[in-house]
Amino acid sequence: MRYVVAKDSRDAVALLGETAGARVLAGGTDLLVQMKLSETGPALLVDIKRIPGMGDIIEEEGGFRIGAAVSGAEMGAHAALKAQWPGVVEAVELIGSAQVQGRATMVGNLCNASPAADSVPAMLAAAALARIEGPEGVRDVPVVELLAGPGKLHLADAELITSIFLPARVPQSADAYLRFIPRTEMDIAVVGAAVSLELDENGVIKAARVALGAVAPTARLVPEAENALVGTKLDASALAACAAASSAACAPIDDKRGTVEYRTKVAGVMATRAAKIAYIRAGGTL
Amino acid sequence: MSKIHVNSTINGDTVEFLCEADETLLDVLRDRLNLTGAKEGCGTGDCGACSVTINGRLVASCLVLGAEAEGSEIETVEGIGAPDALHPLQRQLLEHAALQCGICTPGIIVAAKALLVQNPDPSEEDVRYWLAGNLCRCTGYDKIIRAVLAAAAEMRGENP
Ligand SMILES: Cc1cc2nc3c(=O)[nH]c(=O)nc-3n(C[C@H](O)[C@H](O)[C@H](O)COP(=O)(O)OP(=O)(O)OC[C@H]3O[C@@H](n4cnc5c(N)ncnc54)[C@H](O)[C@@H]3O)c2cc1C
Ligand code: FES
Ligand code: FES
Repeated sequence: MRYVVAKDSRDAVALLGETAGARVLAGGTDLLVQMKLSETGPALLVDIKRIPGMGDIIEEEGGFRIGAAVSGAEMGAHAALKAQWPGVVEAVELIGSAQVQGRATMVGNLCNASPAADSVPAMLAAAALARIEGPEGVRDVPVVELLAGPGKLHLADAELITSIFLPARVPQSADAYLRFIPRTEMDIAVVGAAVSLELDENGVIKAARVALGAVAPTARLVPEAENALVGTKLDASALAACAAASSAACAPIDDKRGTVEYRTKVAGVMATRAAKIAYIRAGGTL
Repeated sequence: MSKIHVNSTINGDTVEFLCEADETLLDVLRDRLNLTGAKEGCGTGDCGACSVTINGRLVASCLVLGAEAEGSEIETVEGIGAPDALHPLQRQLLEHAALQCGICTPGIIVAAKALLVQNPDPSEEDVRYWLAGNLCRCTGYDKIIRAVLAAAAEMRGENP
């Protein structure tokens, strides 16, 4: 195996294109574990952490652009980002221990493409855009359109993600992410739920995005749950409809962490709890 | 296959080493530099026994390549305290009898020190969450948490 530090993103694209079996190395918290557990490692690791700008969080058009080498710990320490997108930041901060936070990136979490990845539902609810660079140039793609299946993204050969863009927010809007795990720290989501809401001046929900993780081959948006929330002040019937729609959107696996029945039920509960947190953060009163 | 040449600073000393592309920082520290304080409990990021800091950031050295350390400042447990001048964390761990086999202890010291740098006055809950990635199969954690809280109080200049 070879290890190369990419000088810039064009260099990274070229390196990825030249060598069959080349992989991007960000925080390495998935990749190094996989290398340890498999017989054949990648032929080439392309370290993107020293590419200028890749480690930056910048304000852009009222939103935030987060470079692909930004660690979870760095996102958690960014007060303005946390104030605007508390749900995305709390999802990223749930990834692993303090040690893992020191390395793990949100983009690596997306690219590893685990159905249970914590940051992905939060990015879907936030309508995040991924900036992708490849041999054909640069393109911006909604994160939701990249999800292809467990361990798979719709990325072409030699493409990499250089940043994630979280859009501007109107006043009275907020997001939240909750996951259910059997313990309180260091475990893989049984269910994850992210909700992003925009309220009008009367506290009525104008726009909603609801996303679930760990209950299907990829994280998914749940339009029926969103429709259940819009036009309401999160009254009991709206919450019940949101829960029912969230449960109906589940197609989970059965494993030691949770049965199909359990995950399906808990998805509804988590979605409504996340909705309540987002609603209060957005300035609503329950 | 030619080795990679890496320049770094470890516990304040300039250190150059050669390593393979797939060699972890943990293996470099232990097997090439004879800094065996960091332990390999799992090799997969779960136990925290290999904790070190890189440029002040707490990491699991089993999930970092030696090559990635180029130009970095690394601190290991060997850089904390001295036999005749223990760091308050080390002394409090001893006084609280917060170790048995001791395998987890270097990682606990490095991790707890990193916490106290950014939060000199953590709550018990803060300490428990921060150390959630440091597994100990002997002590049951309680004494470790009390020792860290006592060291934090001592470092703030408070009387126990
Ligand atoms: C102890 C432990 C606990 C964990 N807990 C959690 C948890 O609670 N929740 C959770 O969701 N995950 C968890 N993880 C998994 C992992 O930490 C996260 O998925 C992390 O966000 C991965 O980011 P990374 O930067 O380390 O990725 P890397 O390991 O560097 O990369 C992951 C994959 O993405 C590819 N890649 C990375 N960056 C790019 C890019 N810019 N463009 C294209 N491809 C890219 C890599 O080639 C690789 O295939 C845990 C891991 C460990 C070791
Ligand atoms: S050996 Fe690194 S975390 Fe266990
Ligand atoms: S003292 Fe033995 S593992 Fe902690």
